[in-house]
Amino acid sequence: MADTIDVIGAVAAKPAGAPEGGRPKGSGFARYLVTKLVAAAISFLVTLVIGFVLFSLMPADPVQSITRGRPTSDAQMARLRHQLGLDQSVPERFFHFVTDTLTGHLGTSWEFQQPVSSLIGDRLWPTLLLMGTATVISVLLGLWLGVRSGWRHGSWLDRIVTGASLTLWSVPTFWLGMILLITFSVGIGPFPGFLPAGGMSDPAITGGLDHVVDVAKHLVLPCLTMVLVVFAQYVSVMRSSIIDELGSPYLLTARAKGLRDDDVRRRHAVPNALLPSVTMIFMHLGTVLGGAITVETVYSWPGLGQLSYQALKVPDLPLLQGTFIVFSASVILMNLLADVVYRFLDPRVRAQ
Amino acid sequence: MTHHEPLTKADPPVAAPPVAPVTSKPRHNGFTGFIRSFLRIRSGVAGLGILVVFALLALCAPLFISHNDLDVIKVDGPSLHSPTDGYPLGTDQEGRSILLLVIWGARSSLSIGLMATVLTVVLGSAVGLIAGHYGGWIGKALMHLTDWFIALPGLPLAISLSAVIGQGTASITIAIAITSWSSTARLVRAQTLAVEAKPFIERARALGAGGPQVMLRHVLPNVTPLILVSSTLTVASAILSEATLTFLGLGDPTGISWGAMLNSALSGGAVTSGAWWYLYPPGIAILIVVLGFTLTGRAVETILNPRSVKTR
Repeated sequence: MADTIDVIGAVAAKPAGAPEGGRPKGSGFARYLVTKLVAAAISFLVTLVIGFVLFSLMPADPVQSITRGRPTSDAQMARLRHQLGLDQSVPERFFHFVTDTLTGHLGTSWEFQQPVSSLIGDRLWPTLLLMGTATVISVLLGLWLGVRSGWRHGSWLDRIVTGASLTLWSVPTFWLGMILLITFSVGIGPFPGFLPAGGMSDPAITGGLDHVVDVAKHLVLPCLTMVLVVFAQYVSVMRSSIIDELGSPYLLTARAKGLRDDDVRRRHAVPNALLPSVTMIFMHLGTVLGGAITVETVYSWPGLGQLSYQALKVPDLPLLQGTFIVFSASVILMNLLADVVYRFLDPRVRAQ
Repeated sequence: MTHHEPLTKADPPVAAPPVAPVTSKPRHNGFTGFIRSFLRIRSGVAGLGILVVFALLALCAPLFISHNDLDVIKVDGPSLHSPTDGYPLGTDQEGRSILLLVIWGARSSLSIGLMATVLTVVLGSAVGLIAGHYGGWIGKALMHLTDWFIALPGLPLAISLSAVIGQGTASITIAIAITSWSSTARLVRAQTLAVEAKPFIERARALGAGGPQVMLRHVLPNVTPLILVSSTLTVASAILSEATLTFLGLGDPTGISWGAMLNSALSGGAVTSGAWWYLYPPGIAILIVVLGFTLTGRAVETILNPRSVKTR
């Protein structure tokens, strides 16, 4: 494949005159990166506008919710309004909101009476641990199964995999979590459960290695739930992009060179089919973080998802707003990464 | 948005050679042909069968379930009991029959799923049509808006919206529609661009048709099949979203829905006491209905868009 690509590359490069053009290498990429960064910044600003409209303009009167049920004089209400900045004009409030957010001041949680940013900081790591583990496992599993079933589409393996992915896509994440919880942690009938029920660790177990093992045990079920729900989507993306490559002439060339079927798949089809899948995975990563809300609720995993659920119950608007901004920012970041990674992976995009 | 390019490959006519499609044979001849092709796809028929059964159950539920069966105060069954005589699927904490609750829950899940889909499709199609028809700054602005909404995380936005609007059926319906219209808009826009490139649109314009007339009389009928397919799949995800939002406690607090049942199962300790009969029925109901819509949607898609057959 290396020589085919080289030939095509040389032919394509000649008319453009890129190699001799004397343009400093990487400047194209820098410009590309700047464009994408600006686009990401604009997206974030739009998110802030939506967040501002949602949490600052739409609720009737935050002061009413805060003082709910407590006898408050008009003077106290006015002072509270002034403290919260509600007596300012809308553009002023938006400006303060943006500067506060950018400097990490997300307000104070009504429920926990703590700064929202420190609450989010505490809960970020458990979520990253859960999502990171689940993502690595589901990406590897999904891509592998997708390649296998796409390469021999119509085979029994393919039919099982597609059926299973379709079914798993139709399953509500939280329900799957509850079923796994009752099966493996509580136990049904004569089969006792053997995994811990909820939380991230047992406070009774302390000390280096024991603590790690304990956290790992608590991680098994929430992680398994996420993997089961998420990997199916990677399977279908990878499967259809492999199928799209199947008819390509370069595969015929590879076969004509006498390569074994496994080599044709691994060295020729998979690298090309990976492109759409990789970008898809990155774009999906951001939304996966949102999917953590239900899983963390079911398993009382002390992460951002459970924090949003706690905020939702009250409802604690500053906290909800904080988690909304963090979730949106993570999606934007992942989309940015997708663009950058795509650029590195696909020579066709690089050449443009 | 380079990363969208591989995903929008499914817009065939844009790059198609400008040979007039007039002489090409129609894919199916009218409604009967469509039905005949549909009946040939076994999974689609199974999906449609599931939907018919659930729709009938939901519609007829008031005939055999009285409010006394569902009222916490008036029921007299055992609390959180495994399946026994008279309670084929067991009871919940309040002593209500799980079977009756699941059947009643179909009403709210199906109606919210359908209403949210109608809202989503109307909103998405309108934005997509306008964005596709009017290029220029209107089209660009609408496309940027769509892209931003696609990039927003669905569930956090939906729960924030319903938390701000307040609990209730209307609020989750709106939340679902606002978080899901963008993909319909993108699809409809792509298709609108494809249709508008065809000669008959130019002919209509030459005969003096204005913007609205071209959009509604010429483009919309050609985009409708695609909208229908995408809406079948939209119902599936809307029902999943409805279940998730009601599970998080955002629906009508007194209403009965599958998500709300699972919420009270979790908070009422059904999981820790091993009450599996409380957990399985609502979840399996969601699974089957979502599967029903997905299978039906895919079958229709296969008939209308033969290119998708190989990726199915």
